[in-house]
Amino acid sequence: MQTSVSVKNLTLAFGAVKVLEGLNLDVGTGEFLVLLGPSGCGKSTLLNCLAGLLEISEGQIFISGKNVTWEEPKDRGIGMVFQSYALYPQMTVERNLSFGLRVSGMPREEIEKRVARASEILQIQPLLKRKPAELSGGQRQRVAIGRALVRDVDVFLFDEPLSNLDAKLRSDLRVEIKRLHQRLKNTMIYVTHDQIEAMTLADRIAIMRNGVIQQLDTPHAVYNNPVNLFVAGFIGSPTMNFLNGRIDGSTFSIDALNIPLGNYKFEKDGVGKLDGILGVRPEHIAVGEDAKKMPFQLDSEIEIVEPMGSDTVGWTKVAGQSVTFRCSSDIPLAPGQKITIGFDPARGSLFDAQSGVRV
Amino acid sequence: MTDVATTAIAVEAPARRKRRIPYAAIIGTLPMIIVSFSVFFVAIIFVVIWSFTNSGMFPGFNFVGLAQYTRLWSTSLWQVAVNNIWFFGVMSLCVNLVFGFLLAVFMDQNIKHESVFRTIFLYPFSMSLVVTGLAWQWILDPNLGLQESIRNLGWTDFALAPLVHRETAIYGLVVAGIWQGSGVTMAIMLAGLRGVDQEVWKAAKIDGIPTWRTYLFIVIPMMRGALGTVLLLQLTGIVRTFDLVYAMTSGGPGIATQMPAMYVISFITVRLNVGQGMAAATMLLLPIALILIIRAIVTTVQARRRGINA
Amino acid sequence: MTAEALDATGFAGPHGAKPKQLSWGRVGIYAFLVIAALFFLVPLYVMLVTSLKSMPEVREAHIFNLPREPTIQPWIDAMFNACTGRNCTGLSPGFWNSVKITVPSVIVSIIIASINGYALSFWKYKGAEFFFNLLVFGAFVPYQVVIYPIIIGMSKVHLFGTLPGIIIVHTIFGMPLLTILFRNFYSSLPIEIFKAARIDGAGFWQTFFKVMLPMSVPITVVAVILQVTGIWNDFLFGLVFAGTENIPMTLQLNNMVKTTQGTIQYDVNMAATMLTALVPLIIYFVSGKWFVRGIAAGAVKG
Repeated sequence: MQTSVSVKNLTLAFGAVKVLEGLNLDVGTGEFLVLLGPSGCGKSTLLNCLAGLLEISEGQIFISGKNVTWEEPKDRGIGMVFQSYALYPQMTVERNLSFGLRVSGMPREEIEKRVARASEILQIQPLLKRKPAELSGGQRQRVAIGRALVRDVDVFLFDEPLSNLDAKLRSDLRVEIKRLHQRLKNTMIYVTHDQIEAMTLADRIAIMRNGVIQQLDTPHAVYNNPVNLFVAGFIGSPTMNFLNGRIDGSTFSIDALNIPLGNYKFEKDGVGKLDGILGVRPEHIAVGEDAKKMPFQLDSEIEIVEPMGSDTVGWTKVAGQSVTFRCSSDIPLAPGQKITIGFDPARGSLFDAQSGVRV
Repeated sequence: MTDVATTAIAVEAPARRKRRIPYAAIIGTLPMIIVSFSVFFVAIIFVVIWSFTNSGMFPGFNFVGLAQYTRLWSTSLWQVAVNNIWFFGVMSLCVNLVFGFLLAVFMDQNIKHESVFRTIFLYPFSMSLVVTGLAWQWILDPNLGLQESIRNLGWTDFALAPLVHRETAIYGLVVAGIWQGSGVTMAIMLAGLRGVDQEVWKAAKIDGIPTWRTYLFIVIPMMRGALGTVLLLQLTGIVRTFDLVYAMTSGGPGIATQMPAMYVISFITVRLNVGQGMAAATMLLLPIALILIIRAIVTTVQARRRGINA
Repeated sequence: MTAEALDATGFAGPHGAKPKQLSWGRVGIYAFLVIAALFFLVPLYVMLVTSLKSMPEVREAHIFNLPREPTIQPWIDAMFNACTGRNCTGLSPGFWNSVKITVPSVIVSIIIASINGYALSFWKYKGAEFFFNLLVFGAFVPYQVVIYPIIIGMSKVHLFGTLPGIIIVHTIFGMPLLTILFRNFYSSLPIEIFKAARIDGAGFWQTFFKVMLPMSVPITVVAVILQVTGIWNDFLFGLVFAGTENIPMTLQLNNMVKTTQGTIQYDVNMAATMLTALVPLIIYFVSGKWFVRGIAAGAVKG
């Protein structure tokens, strides 16, 4: 894979506070990389460093093979889309799109050509003469994307571009960004705290916490093989169930309850005995007839039922610890009802209780 | 990217970059740099230095220690001026705050024609203190003003001419000051009242707390910002008091309404005793410096408590 | 439930809208507000009616009575004929001096302050905060404290008592408040606009003139109102710095009223006072809400 954006040993400090420290990241050409994490994890900060809007303290940044560590934002070959759109309120859409090109002194015909192309791609031709105040939120965000588009650059940076929109528009624009990526095949780096956006858009997701990338992998791997408790808990809704117990060879025991681990693939052999946490996704827990097919089964009592429409989330207890499961809404459930639940420990994740790292 | 390429580039770019200096920003703010440094720093240092000299008509550097201050505090003109500013300050501040707050509360009762009232309460603030002073001087004129007008109506022993008596002249100044400034207090307080979360009012209503109690014990503590603003505005105004007195009483009758700010100006323009004027000016600086130091301490403590948010 | 308990509409007990009653509380509120309004209006009313009376009528000392024979002669006299000492030109020279002082002072001070506020919000360089804090401190310093060093400095460069001199003085003393005003305004703008401009390649001046300035209309209006009224109403700086050639209207008014020879012409004095107050009053009534906003904005320091 050819590298489009490369971050080497990047450190950013405000005084004594290090927001990012020794961070390394490589993004392939044409890749859609999502930086995901809770607020304050440093994902937007990293993006601002890439854009050159924040001056880094140590390290290097390469974009399209060129060292841009000292370059001005405009010279980095990037376009950026902001959460608040950041359109210039006094300029028409057309002038918003062309402002950067005019500043750089590009010939008029070339500017017109690029604006025409961008507005055609984003279907905002009818809006060109309007001012941002006369546009809806979705239209504004399209113009903001267009502003990155006209720059004709290799790398697009998105800073939570959909967070200011309502749920319906958000999912519409999400699809549109995906379509845009498939058409343009540019490198896109996209910051969000919304895991659905991350899962649906990303080729790879970088999950960040406290300025450190926890896991950098495909959505599938991040979801199924989280490297630590933080990633496991952050991805997935409802969140993964965590059962505290003890790992002893191929058995996970919670007090008197023994769960055989079966074909669980340990990260390395010979884990031995240690306090562990077994993580099981609610959607991997089966109830009723389906549970009978599972390697591990247990009789339990339902405490709370949350019907979600397409499916139902139920709350129950396993060895005294709270567990949620997700099942088809066709299965009738009621609080107090006795049911059988079952799951395959091999699909779960085991963590060292002390370090929180996957074992 | 291959390893070779990476190392090649890494050699050419050192890891730590030098800070980019925005020269355009420095050039753009040159007036600010010059003014803030020369006027609000260097000039003040000179004022303090000169206050320790015996400079007469022209500033010199013949140091006489605290002599100017000793003389200042033994001068009856200065003593009267300091007493006056205390009396005038405390009086105006209290009346202004109470009156302004009451106006704001009454304005906040879903009043018809609110904007008309607002316009009336606030217009005096647009007028200069000289105009204010002259207008009130005229109204309080013993022979042709309010007093005579009411006597003409038949109430022949009515007396309201504060400006001609030494003991009462300062009350006249207070009234004029209130007239000019309490509208602003009202406007800021009203904005503060409106800024209080409406749900607080709903909660108080459901709890059955009487309106006046809600104002006194719930709302006022919640509008600290507005109160601070008003206080700051009034205090700086009071220390500067000059135009109003100059136009209304010229410091009289006698020296009954002299003010420290007038003392400074008179010593540097008319009496030409720079050392003495600078000593008085330094004294004017003292309360402001004190307020700022307290403020700085409070904000640093608050900032430290909040921690640094990146 | 008995038939008597039901009224004509067939409901028992309270129903529908609660009957409105004019409570004593409401009456009290309006009474307070009206009395307060009278207090604020009386001086304006008295000045106005007095300025429209002839001197014999003024001497009757019925300050609240409307003029029997309204005349605008006092206004004409105040503007063109009234004497300050031996100089019988009315207030018109002072008026023009005030215009000559106010217009350039307002323009220069606002240009400088807007650049300051912009730089302080988006282009912080090392030391910028220090100078800004000095300015904030300056906003609290009583003018009288630093007047003398400024007199000395102005004399050194031969600007003391000249028109450029007083314009500079107004610019200096307007700078703290206006800079705070503009800085607070620019800081309240989304920083992303600035970032977008940086990515579009606009530099310090381009971002200022093409992006920020067009967005600054509201705050500039507030600043203009604040400065025009402030500088027009100034007395102290006019007294100290303007010199005899450029004395502003407020100063001339005070001199005129204080140095009358012979009988005091109260009607002319009142007309002169009204004339001096006219410019800020017109600004106040025309600008309305903006004026209030200006006070609130100017009051929120730091």
